[in-house]
Amino acid sequence: MIEFHLDSKSGVAPYLQLIQQVRQALRLGLLRAGDKLPTVKDVAGLLAINPNTVLKAYRELEYEGLAAAKPGVGTFVTKTVSDASIAAHQRLSLELAAWIRRAQQAGLDFESIEALFQRAVRSAAREEAV
Amino acid sequence: MTNVTVAIEARGLGKRYGHRWALRDCTLTIPAGHVAGLVGPNGAGKTTLISLATGMLAPTTGTVEVLGGRPSSGPGQLARVGYVAQDTPTYAGLSVADHLRLGAHLNPGWDAGLARRRIEQLGLDPKQKAGKLSGGERAQLALTLALAKRPELLILDEPIASLDPRARREFLQVLMGATAEQEFSVVISSHQVADLERVSDYLVVLIASRVQLAGEMDDLLASHHLLTGPRRDTASLPASLQVITESHTGRQSTFLVRSSGPIIDPGWAVDPVSLEDLVLAYLGHASAGSPNIRVLEARP
Repeated sequence: MIEFHLDSKSGVAPYLQLIQQVRQALRLGLLRAGDKLPTVKDVAGLLAINPNTVLKAYRELEYEGLAAAKPGVGTFVTKTVSDASIAAHQRLSLELAAWIRRAQQAGLDFESIEALFQRAVRSAAREEAV
Repeated sequence: MTNVTVAIEARGLGKRYGHRWALRDCTLTIPAGHVAGLVGPNGAGKTTLISLATGMLAPTTGTVEVLGGRPSSGPGQLARVGYVAQDTPTYAGLSVADHLRLGAHLNPGWDAGLARRRIEQLGLDPKQKAGKLSGGERAQLALTLALAKRPELLILDEPIASLDPRARREFLQVLMGATAEQEFSVVISSHQVADLERVSDYLVVLIASRVQLAGEMDDLLASHHLLTGPRRDTASLPASLQVITESHTGRQSTFLVRSSGPIIDPGWAVDPVSLEDLVLAYLGHASAGSPNIRVLEARP
């Protein structure tokens, strides 16, 4: 079962952080179809957050087709991210590590590297949206 | 359980001690089904409002209704509201078990099983005197008593102000877990916005007796924006923007605005506002413009 955490300095709304963590766990293969998500009470009690925040995150995951609520039982993951993409993770992460080394050799600090990476991701996302 | 939609409703509510008003002309509605944060500086009238809502005080002017009934109008009304007073008081000479016995005698709807389970989960020794407990443990004992009452509304007055960070977190963990489980409404006051940021989904900002801001947290955060751009006059802003605070340097202007729609002017950098910045802006706004500020200044 997934365990949630919150980064209070990120500026990202807590319910979005929960959604992102489920999506990320799916992508990394840590969550698969049929897995149960922690109960609203457990998440609210663990993170000391409003139960409605957890409900909102779970409803959004249902809306995205990633999870489904079974009344009285809990919320379950309904989708497994394809194994083909998980298999590619290792190769891509090695390539990324090599790219980061090259960026360091070129004299960039970590902050600049992150900024560069984020800009590239955002501009790719924008192109896809058009 | 009755189907009520309003946790606390005050109309023209006021409380005067001699010549000094502790709360004046307060009108507000806190809907049920939320964890409502009541925020304001010390002396804003939070504790007076809560004391009136719990029936510990009688109003000088106006009315207050809690879950649709008059506070302390009888045992039935008292049973519906759980109350944890400021600094979570307990009886120093009584043991933890004594507190539970007292709770069982005084509350018709007492849930003895729930009280026992919670004390076990907290790891408290039933024989321990409350006076020997740590601040965090005392707060948890007071919360346990209020929860075992099985209230429809739980009112907490600055419950974590005097606790260390770890005890604060543990208190809020138990409170949020219980809120999810027992499904009661909560009104919790604090002079520290950060304490309530994650636990509240409804916010009331009380400054000098007046409600300066009230609404669902998500709506409040979504409707306020920080605008930064080249210097411009406040008068040149569109009428749809309500300016809460502004500051200017030689070249740059910064506005915190309230707007119902999206802001599309490309001349501005538009950023979201944190809850803390939002409340501070309204504090500044109130002291700059409101005539009520004299109430604050009159305090010793």
